Amino acid sequence: MTLDPSAIVARHHGDASRLVQILHDVMAVEGHVAPPVITALARALGLPRGQVEGVVEFYSFFSSEPRGRFRVLFSDNITDEMAGSHELRKHMLDSFRLQPGEVSRDGLVSIGTTSCTGLCDQGPAMLVNDRAIPRLTPARIGAITSLIRGDVPVDRWPDNLFPIASHVERRDLLLSTELSPGAAIDAAIARGAAATIEEITRSGLRGRGGAGFSTGTKWAACASAPGPERYIVCNADEGEPGTFKDRELLAAHADLLFEGMTVAGFAVGASKGILYLRAEYPFLVEPLLATLEARRRAGLLGERVRDAFAFDIELHVGAGAYVCGEESALIESLEGKRGIPRNRPPYPVTHGYLQKPTVVNNVETLVAAALVATHGAGFLRAVGTPKSSGTKILSVSGDVARPGIYEYPFGVSVQQVLDDAGAVDTQAVQVGGPSGMLLSASELHRRIAFEDVPSAGAFMVFDGSRDMLAVVENFTRFFAHESCGFCTPCRVGTTLSAQMMKRVVSGTGSRRDVKDLAKVSNLMRATSHCGLGTTAGNPVLDALAKFRPSFDKRLRSLEVLPTFDLDEALAPAREATARDDEGAHFTNQTSQAEKP
Amino acid sequence: MSTEKPRPTFQMDGHDVPFDEGQSILAAALAAGRYVPYLCYHPEFQPHGSCKVCTVKINGRTHASCTTPAHEGDVVESNVDELNDMRKGLVQFLFTEGNHFCPSCEASGNCTLQAVGYDLGMTSAHYSPLFPDRPLDASHPEVLLDFNRCILCELCVRASALVDKKSVFSLAGRGIQKHLVVNAESGKLADTELSVDDKAMSVCPVGVILRKRRGFQVPIGERKYDEHPIREVAVQKQKGE
Ligand SMILES: Cc1cc2nc3c(=O)[nH]c(=O)nc-3n(C[C@H](O)[C@H](O)[C@H](O)COP(=O)(O)O)c2cc1C
Ligand code: SF4
Ligand code: SF4
Ligand code: FES
Ligand code: FES
Repeated sequence: MTLDPSAIVARHHGDASRLVQILHDVMAVEGHVAPPVITALARALGLPRGQVEGVVEFYSFFSSEPRGRFRVLFSDNITDEMAGSHELRKHMLDSFRLQPGEVSRDGLVSIGTTSCTGLCDQGPAMLVNDRAIPRLTPARIGAITSLIRGDVPVDRWPDNLFPIASHVERRDLLLSTELSPGAAIDAAIARGAAATIEEITRSGLRGRGGAGFSTGTKWAACASAPGPERYIVCNADEGEPGTFKDRELLAAHADLLFEGMTVAGFAVGASKGILYLRAEYPFLVEPLLATLEARRRAGLLGERVRDAFAFDIELHVGAGAYVCGEESALIESLEGKRGIPRNRPPYPVTHGYLQKPTVVNNVETLVAAALVATHGAGFLRAVGTPKSSGTKILSVSGDVARPGIYEYPFGVSVQQVLDDAGAVDTQAVQVGGPSGMLLSASELHRRIAFEDVPSAGAFMVFDGSRDMLAVVENFTRFFAHESCGFCTPCRVGTTLSAQMMKRVVSGTGSRRDVKDLAKVSNLMRATSHCGLGTTAGNPVLDALAKFRPSFDKRLRSLEVLPTFDLDEALAPAREATARDDEGAHFTNQTSQAEKP
Repeated sequence: MSTEKPRPTFQMDGHDVPFDEGQSILAAALAAGRYVPYLCYHPEFQPHGSCKVCTVKINGRTHASCTTPAHEGDVVESNVDELNDMRKGLVQFLFTEGNHFCPSCEASGNCTLQAVGYDLGMTSAHYSPLFPDRPLDASHPEVLLDFNRCILCELCVRASALVDKKSVFSLAGRGIQKHLVVNAESGKLADTELSVDDKAMSVCPVGVILRKRRGFQVPIGERKYDEHPIREVAVQKQKGE
């Protein structure tokens, strides 16, 4: 296939807001977006070239440079690491004689890493040309290596490499309630739009995506925002490492989700819904499109849903950026831009997608909303705690006998989950992913609930054999890789934290590093622009509070370790400024460093 | 303002600050002669909110003052040790991130980053410098781009897009890899529409966008922030003086 940028743009109706989808199409043909292609796309879309270049370089799944006909990316979550991904990757790199990220000379293959792919219950995992492969073993890596050597297109690789298993270990309200398609919509129509929102509010439903905002309040704000057009956006970005519960809902309960989105559309008066699916879940695209099509045929989507209102849903695939899970960055991404969180106020409920009133809800929230619409507020109120009604679906992974999906009423203790999943000798649990809370063995009585330990779904378990500093180091690396770079504290702070944690873990850290780690984390928390930066210091601060001896044991006794020669490091600056006089040299490190 | 009603006010560090509906805390404070350190704000443009140096506490919580609208009765803390320490930390981050070799910098004395650093009592960058590799762009006959000093405030991006209508500058990349790019397939400034009388030529708070052959015309020691401290310059700039 040869690439015709203007034909691709035409297929997307020359709509610049579809830039991310357009770039996916280009990537599918050529494996990269070459500079002349960027120029052609910019011209066809009427965008400044620099803006298109900016988008290409923002998303991990796009590249302006060729990356090898086979692009292998190992999932870099801590659970993959614990399951041996580093060794497998090294083995594969060695067998191709490659460095990480390097493209082989014949252009055949490149091998790198990517952030958590949401297959923590069946890791280690990888993506090859954006197709997911779980349960890697030396034998499977061997098979993959031969297929690549033989230049066999991924489409023709054996089927047994790809299946994604479903491990549902405990079902409660959401995962055990069957609903015939259309039931929730009919119930909402019967109740009326305003009363449906009222019912959602009374159910106490709070957002399952992290912030825990009242869903009814959000819908009401969107419904009453001025303007004729509104949007329902489902956040299926699921980028928080260790989280894979939306994957299960999307795979096995898509009808219920679309039902929830349609109810939301009816309730707030929106005629268009968008599902923002993370690019790491390509295996879900076809089944989701098929479900949407079936619902259109059944009159549950389209111009006349149940002869009462218009509502349809479009699928939008992300491109590898955790920050796009943040609702305003997600909206920017939907508009074809870099995923930079917006300044708030105004909030999406009044100025969201295309500056129109928009509801953004998590997958699980919308599934719960469909059930509330059908069975009433009491359905959710009957379980959980007064402040956290209903259930929470947890993605349990790490050192447990039975990793998988566990649905519990809110209020369940951490210990209960550990017992059910078969955890022994638990040293720590990371609840809610790296941005959440690190619990030590003395805190296992605590409860999963908005008022105690909130969780967007991740539940990663570490037994006594694990090095908790290495765990934290992995998390700091994640945040540094995923910071969008908009604001100073997060852009620089995440990188400095990752560097300092690396020094600490490798035994070259100083006491000053530990002090600075706390300082940097607190600065990020207080001044960052979005939730990524304000939470990026959590693992470090939790570990400093709860695993302090692990740090101290690892430190060299010196207060400061000179890590490089300042004067030498300034040579490029001297060259750039064509200077070599006394003022352009560091005579001694401390006195000079004090002159910014 | 010539309305009958007295303007609403909020409190900053114990003083009443009047504001207009919709005005940000920062703009109102500067207009009232109360300096709050900032870098990416510019009175002629929509606030950007990225440097976070203008962080204040509003009713006990930290916010960027340039993007937060003022409300009647807000209690704002600004010139207190805790906040000045945070601001200093952020300026240190910026010095750590780029290659700021002030003694040889053409912008020294005119540089807002440097002036804000001095004002906050910063004596060193504190962290191990990242020393990014950011080659110069000398392709343009009249303008030199020294990316080493870019603090990614997007003022040139905003000025070129909104005032000059040329979009010569954009940001690309993510996280610490984020960098300024120019609007040309060659990546060279010479192949863009930039001209020396563009607004984008005059907004850079540091020393990235430089006229060639104008270097050091005003000797160090007699430059903007040598003559007047940034506290005065910032307040006057808000008043359009
Ligand atoms: C860095 C970051 C990543 C996020 N990722 C997700 C995500 O993957 N899925 C999600 O539903 N919410 C995510 N959120 C929360 C969203 O901003 C938003 O609060 C949520 O989608 C609202 O839906 P809810 O009210 O149903 O929870 C993220 C927030 C931040 C700051
Ligand atoms: S906190 Fe981080 S991710 Fe959020 S806006 Fe700032 S740089 Fe971007
Ligand atoms: S070149 Fe100057 S104005 Fe432009 S982003 Fe960098 S620091 Fe800001
Ligand atoms: S001046 Fe407010 S964030 Fe930069
Ligand atoms: S003095 Fe050179 S960048 Fe500020």
